[in-house]
Amino acid sequence: MPTFSPAEWQAIALSLKVASVATLVSLPLGIAAAYLLARGRFPGRTLLDGFIHLPLIVPPVVTGYALLILFGRRGPIGAFLESHLGLVFSFRWTGAALAAGVMSFPLLVRPIRLALEQIDRRLEQAASTLGAPPWKVFATITLPLALPGILAGFVLAFAKALGEFGATITFVSNIPGETQTIPAAIYAYTETPGGDGGALRLALVSVALAMAALLASELLTRWSRPGRENAP
Amino acid sequence: MIAFGCTLVRRDFTFDAAFESAALITGLIGPSGSGKTTLVNLIAGLLTPSRGRIAIGGTVLTDTERGIMLPPHLRGVGLVFQDALLFPHLSVHRNLTYARDVGRVSAGSISFDAVTGVLGIGHLLDRAPHTLSGGERQRIAIGRALLASPRILLMDEPLASLDSARKFEILTLIEHMRDEFSIPILYVSHAREEVARLASVVVKLDHGRVEGVGPTSGVLD
Repeated sequence: MPTFSPAEWQAIALSLKVASVATLVSLPLGIAAAYLLARGRFPGRTLLDGFIHLPLIVPPVVTGYALLILFGRRGPIGAFLESHLGLVFSFRWTGAALAAGVMSFPLLVRPIRLALEQIDRRLEQAASTLGAPPWKVFATITLPLALPGILAGFVLAFAKALGEFGATITFVSNIPGETQTIPAAIYAYTETPGGDGGALRLALVSVALAMAALLASELLTRWSRPGRENAP
Repeated sequence: MIAFGCTLVRRDFTFDAAFESAALITGLIGPSGSGKTTLVNLIAGLLTPSRGRIAIGGTVLTDTERGIMLPPHLRGVGLVFQDALLFPHLSVHRNLTYARDVGRVSAGSISFDAVTGVLGIGHLLDRAPHTLSGGERQRIAIGRALLASPRILLMDEPLASLDSARKFEILTLIEHMRDEFSIPILYVSHAREEVARLASVVVKLDHGRVEGVGPTSGVLD
């Protein structure tokens, strides 16, 4: 068992906080986006699909730069949120959470969308003929049946949020205790003479966290599957 | 009393059918592609006609001229599909009580014990749907629809995926049900022997049009 310095503990705790907030706040938006993409028939659907997946493809520094322009203190959205809600992103941990949320959003949406697409629509029709209004059909049939996908997406997005680096460091820099998550701390160690030990320790931590998240995702999916399909 | 008259124009298919029936069980027969399921979906409110009117027992469900189109959850139209479509994440018991759990089931409605008794499903209540046989699933699906106290029960090929022993069993149950609960049933099938046994009025559909309506013996012969 390696011993961590207080700064390393701080980075680990901050990473967990940033990733948790990022994923929990994204979850309802992710479900809504997945529902729109799986069920919506509207002009611009392909465009929305592309826009959501953009952070997966463009260089993370570009996403970070876009966040800086939009959500920085002088950015149109950033200035609005600061004056109306007192919400500041730039150089704060909240900005790290925003960057992590945006970067992990495609991974959150995809499994939920696939799960929604697999649902037999006639189950929802059956529920409506039994007297359930649309929102109750969604709450009692659609959402529970999509649960494996929702859990898988949640865990994947969480793991991705833990590891987010490029957009985060571009948007909110690398401030110990405020925006220095595990990857940023590793980066700082590699830039510091004699930092190899710390870099290795934190690298092992991120591997362990990622493995745990992937295993959890797999187990959750298996746990929620049996009995969900109609037997032949 | 079913009063049905709807037109639905699609690119490759025109549905244009009208009939009335006061029978307790009305049979709807026709080859596949004749529009049987379209008719069922129109009554259930899952499809909107280009124009038309549907009334069950004096209650107007659809009337395009007066701009009436009740949504499915307010129609009180029970639906039993070929594959039972039980909710896979709910127990048999929760499937049966779904209508009661989500909505308003009117007072003086059909009791849980009566339904489980007539359908012989009391011993299955704690099971999960995927552990049931095809015949058992279909009985639960019928019970689930009945417990919503529908104005009418639409059964769309309810026996099509069952073997002949199960078919016989469910046919007998439907007859019990008819006698016990006196809910009007529209029984959809391509199998004339099923319709001949159950229905007293038959509607014959082909190419989206009604080819004949009348007492079972007359139409089927």
